[in-house]
Amino acid sequence: MNEPLFLFSVITTLLYSVGTVGYLIYVVRTELIIHRIAYAFLLAGFISHTIGFAILIGQTKQMPITTLPQTFSFFAWAIVGSYLAFQLKFNIRVFGTFVSPLAVIFMILSSAIPSKIIPTSRLFSSFWLTLHVTTIFIGNAIFALAFCAGIMYLLQERQIKTKSFGLLYRRLPSLETLDSLNSVCLTFGFPLITVGLISGFVYAGAVLRSFWHWDPKEILAVITWLIYAVLLHERLAVGWRGRRAAIMAIVGFSVILVTFVGATLLLKGHHSFMRG
Amino acid sequence: MDRIVLIGLNHKTAPVEIRERFNIVCVDSTGPLSDLARIRSLKESFYLSTCNRMEVLFTTPRLDEGIGSVVGLLAEIYGQTGAALKPYLYIHIDQDAVKHLFRVACSLDSMVVGEPQILGQIKDAYRQATEAKAPGVVLNRLLHKSFSVAKRVRTETRIGSSAVSISYAAVELAKKIFGELQGKTALLIGAGEMAELAAEHLISNGVERIVVANRTLERALALARRFSGATVPWEELVEELRKTDIIVSSTGSPDLILTREQVRKRMRARRNRPLFFIDIAVPRDIDPEVNRIDNVYLYNIDDLQGIVEINRAERIKEAARAEHIISAEALKFDAWLRTLEVVPTIVSLREKAEQIREAEIHKTLSNLNSLSSGEVEAIHVLTRSVVNKLLHDPILFLKRISTRSRKDFYLDVTRKLFHLDKDQSETNEGEDQLSLDSDKVS
Repeated sequence: MNEPLFLFSVITTLLYSVGTVGYLIYVVRTELIIHRIAYAFLLAGFISHTIGFAILIGQTKQMPITTLPQTFSFFAWAIVGSYLAFQLKFNIRVFGTFVSPLAVIFMILSSAIPSKIIPTSRLFSSFWLTLHVTTIFIGNAIFALAFCAGIMYLLQERQIKTKSFGLLYRRLPSLETLDSLNSVCLTFGFPLITVGLISGFVYAGAVLRSFWHWDPKEILAVITWLIYAVLLHERLAVGWRGRRAAIMAIVGFSVILVTFVGATLLLKGHHSFMRG
Repeated sequence: MDRIVLIGLNHKTAPVEIRERFNIVCVDSTGPLSDLARIRSLKESFYLSTCNRMEVLFTTPRLDEGIGSVVGLLAEIYGQTGAALKPYLYIHIDQDAVKHLFRVACSLDSMVVGEPQILGQIKDAYRQATEAKAPGVVLNRLLHKSFSVAKRVRTETRIGSSAVSISYAAVELAKKIFGELQGKTALLIGAGEMAELAAEHLISNGVERIVVANRTLERALALARRFSGATVPWEELVEELRKTDIIVSSTGSPDLILTREQVRKRMRARRNRPLFFIDIAVPRDIDPEVNRIDNVYLYNIDDLQGIVEINRAERIKEAARAEHIISAEALKFDAWLRTLEVVPTIVSLREKAEQIREAEIHKTLSNLNSLSSGEVEAIHVLTRSVVNKLLHDPILFLKRISTRSRKDFYLDVTRKLFHLDKDQSETNEGEDQLSLDSDKVS
């Protein structure tokens, strides 16, 4: 990674970290001003992050996912972007406390992992690939939000069920709000990953001359899609909600993490960065 | 100096039969205000009556006589002898009376500590009293002060922020489950007093529809009419679970009314929308196992009581901070009260005049350097005699009224006329604002 990009990455990580600390303070002292400051830091981090990627894309003319660190960083960018947008729409301030650490974790992972550029760069410039990568990443980022909402739901539900109320009871929104957050994430995320999968197959069919390769990541991605498809179906058909929906959202995102981190790092296939 | 006295009774000192007696007598009239005005030993008076308390506040130059005649009047209202009423009464004098009024206004003395209605009730009572011209200089100021102290306590402590009654706690929980209560339906099983109270809270927090199920239809109809709701036959109770969101159960039944299986079977038809059971019956009406069904939440009377206790503990901490504010404000009021005497007023009048004289002399002499010391002395003598002559009549007047009953009024006018209370502007609102600000600085 060259100098200015490295600088942007460090600045972004710092801004996200300060935002996260702000959101952690916000849990203890619920003052609007703390939330505003934390939000501003995340926004500043997001802008710096975007500029960094713009420079990178300008240099390489490729999607910024040619190395594993870049992918992590890109995922963090998608999470923060989705969160900033969701916050504007739903204004559940304590949500930031759960989402922002996730972004920081991915930024730190991104700088901790050695970068190794994939030699076959021909693969990374195509409309279908851009569509595939963008929709999959934003879709997964929205599922990351659903994951956080799921954790918040379980925490709050547990307190209400067991009748033991901690600090978070007052801070967390109502179960109804958290459940509708789950539903909204699903409504936005599912179409995105569906488009992502289809465009991936189309691209694979065009470039690799076959839609399906039994690549571990392909298999896991289809499993993920099935999990969310079941959740969406059950929500609409039977009225699944609450705890089960929250657990499904958590399980779904865990599979995404396995797909994303595990399959890329450990398993072999054309999605892997460890090849060659 | 006149004494400030507060005689009253509240939910801690008197049972409901006695409290309601006062409430009925006084609810639709100006209360015993006119009777109080006729008691000769009283100068100013104020009367407050709510369902949980009755307070008479007055000033009197003759303490024992004043207390005796007010207790006599109260006994008359109650239709009892003074001796029979006395065990229920508390009597606070001067600083204690001031503090008690502040505590009542701040809702520290309420049955539900921190509930906000009491301040509005005091304001209404005060409006009635001023129409009857019952309060004078001292009580006007004291009541205005109590409003501003209540406001200060509310903003600086968290006394009013948590639920300390079972109904409040239930509503708070319902909000954590459903978010908004708008458009929700509540089912009352059993039509007792507790159910009624809970329904009242639910309605005032947005619940749209009340449905009543009771073994005797007559009572169900009466309650349903009160909340313009519907009734369901006892036998169809279980089916009602499909349509309702909150269930308040308070029957005297010795057996369970709803079992886990009955509830579980209806969840699919509800599309798993949450159900919130509030079981305030003893023995319990709802199978405790119901709480284990997904999206079903069950709270019994002990669970709610537990929340109330936690909140109460937190409130005790906040109440200590509120008491501190009240003590400080009571002292400030006392300081003001002391200025309502003839001698301090004359002293501050003289001081003010002397300050003005000296300031003006200083201004003039600093421009006139050529004057001899004799001439300077002559100017001093001249200005002093002007000031003294001007103040002579007002001071004589003040001394003359020192034995009159309207003394407080003239002293108050004098202090305002010459603006003797420096950081206290004329209107109470402004004064409160000033004292609030100065507190923040310190």
